[in-house]
Amino acid sequence: MQDKMLERIASDPNYQELRQKRLRFGWRLTIAMLVVYYGFIMLIAFSKETLAARIGDGVMTWGIPIGFGVILFTIIITAVYVFRANSEYDELTDRIRQEALK
Amino acid sequence: MMPGLSMRRFLGLSMLLLVPSLVVAAPALEGEIQKQATNWTAIGMFAIFVAGTLFITKWAASRTKSASDFYTAGGGITGFQNGLAIAGDYMSAASFLGISAAVMSNGYDGLIYSIGFLVGWPILTFLMAERLRNLGKFTFADVASFRFAQTPVRVFAASSTLVVVAFYLIAQMVGAGQLIKLLFGLEYWMAVVIVGALMMVYVLFGGMTATTWVQIIKACLLLGGASFMAFMVMMSVGFSPERLFAGAVQIKTDIALGAGQAPDEAAAAGQSIMGPGNFIKDPISAISFGMALMFGTAGLPHILMRFFTVPSAKEARKSVMWATVWIGYFYLLTFIIGFGAILFVLTNPEFLEADGGLIGGVNMAAVHLADAVGGNIFLGFMSAVAFATILAVVAGLTLSGASAVSHDIYSSVLRQGRADSATELRVSRITTLALGVIAVILGIAFEKQNIAFMVSMAFAVAASANFPVLFLSILWKDMTTRGAVVGGFLGLISSVVLTVLSPSVWEATLGNPAGSAPFPYTSPALFSMTLAFLGIWLFSITDKSGRAAVDRAGFLAQQVRSETGIGASAASAH
Repeated sequence: MQDKMLERIASDPNYQELRQKRLRFGWRLTIAMLVVYYGFIMLIAFSKETLAARIGDGVMTWGIPIGFGVILFTIIITAVYVFRANSEYDELTDRIRQEALK
Repeated sequence: MMPGLSMRRFLGLSMLLLVPSLVVAAPALEGEIQKQATNWTAIGMFAIFVAGTLFITKWAASRTKSASDFYTAGGGITGFQNGLAIAGDYMSAASFLGISAAVMSNGYDGLIYSIGFLVGWPILTFLMAERLRNLGKFTFADVASFRFAQTPVRVFAASSTLVVVAFYLIAQMVGAGQLIKLLFGLEYWMAVVIVGALMMVYVLFGGMTATTWVQIIKACLLLGGASFMAFMVMMSVGFSPERLFAGAVQIKTDIALGAGQAPDEAAAAGQSIMGPGNFIKDPISAISFGMALMFGTAGLPHILMRFFTVPSAKEARKSVMWATVWIGYFYLLTFIIGFGAILFVLTNPEFLEADGGLIGGVNMAAVHLADAVGGNIFLGFMSAVAFATILAVVAGLTLSGASAVSHDIYSSVLRQGRADSATELRVSRITTLALGVIAVILGIAFEKQNIAFMVSMAFAVAASANFPVLFLSILWKDMTTRGAVVGGFLGLISSVVLTVLSPSVWEATLGNPAGSAPFPYTSPALFSMTLAFLGIWLFSITDKSGRAAVDRAGFLAQQVRSETGIGASAASAH
């Protein structure tokens, strides 16, 4: 890539917007994922009783919906990022591309 | 249909000796494995799979002309296909049989273990997947060395790739030999040779195209078969989770009663499968092991390589999304299958030895359940799927190892990027052949060894060496060649050394007395990852060399390309 085009892209406000938005969003979701997973691990390490506590009169414990919840959360949070990136961020990228190749 | 009460009484007695063998069950394929009678249905089903995949290989071979075709299928795989292929690469036979067996034995602990294998995918998605696609061509070293001096960074990346591939491959080959002995009734060495030979055919002739399709087909068969089993289990309890769990708790309670425990102790033992048990011992091990699984996923070379097979960043994102969906779904299924095995396998004398243990060992839980819910034909089908599963994983690993040698070492380091595509392709085929032969020899050599640590070792190295270098090279401007190489090797060496000093190798494999391991924790990742990050940071910020200035100056160009994909590899020509 020539230096001139590089400078033009780097100074394009769309590029700045894309970079900052995506990085901020990516980090927020990363932190959310870390909190959920390590929260789960800490619960196991320090308070096994919480997960083993029964929900009602049956054998069902809180651990089951929480464990399944972590799996569903993982899938959903990934999907949230991908849908936003594939619409909003890709539109920005296209605009940057058009500017750069003009 | 719930198991009858009289059956439970009978079991209470017959299971007296089962308990100790259940306690030691671990998610990896270990424990006793006995050769079974030759299973012709399974062999027939597997022959159909092999014929189909060889046909695909023939078609793929006609399309594999350049190095790009060989490593990345010409970049022509769609996001959905790639997501299935990643899932096929990731869901090993050990995780299918091992996790369902762990759930059957210990209940909830099996779920904790499988969650660890899933949570790395979002991290990979949010911070790395699309940037990898925009920066790389064939291997993750392309990305890690983008703005650095090629030779040292590629030598590091190729070394750590080969270490990860070697441990993962040996684990798969040994697992394959034992599994096939178990399911098909073939000799151990024959099974290893068949796996090695087929894998070489796929990779040599069909390259990434054939490997991808083998992985896709395998993923569909495995997900389909596991879905059917979980469906049959849920149908038997009228789709009521409470009835499924209540039945399992009752059976576990009866087993404990039969073992001579007092009624209240037995009830507690039965209920214990509904909550965390002894899987996580101390908080340090818990965090460290979680880190190895989470960040190791984002550093496995054969997984990272799959991101170069799609044409754009958009498809790369779709790949991880589908991979996460399928892998998450798969772990939900194995949990249901494990509980199903408590209901239908632990209560059926047909599947039990005279002493109450499972015929063929505890890892046969899912296989016996296949027989219980689908009869002999379905049993043959699932056995064939388990074999196919190993093939798909070893093919992906071999391809990744071959690309490290031919693309990173031969083409980029020895020939300084002057090798033409045809020569590079020839070198990667020779490497594939060599890796295949080595894998077979090591697979046979390690038959009697305790290799349970090998997969976790592969994850620890990937998390401690590959991930820090890759992650910081993409996101941290001030990183330099010196920092990457020193920090990377620190992570690589420390993770290997600490694993050897940990109980799973020092005590279980090397035979030292219990409690003597110098490094007391399950996984080294917490320490070795920290060391790698600190090493990269320290040796980068103190780096005042001329090369360091070039490294830092190159960041802007790298960043623009990683964010926008402008100027990205022409693999997206399709």
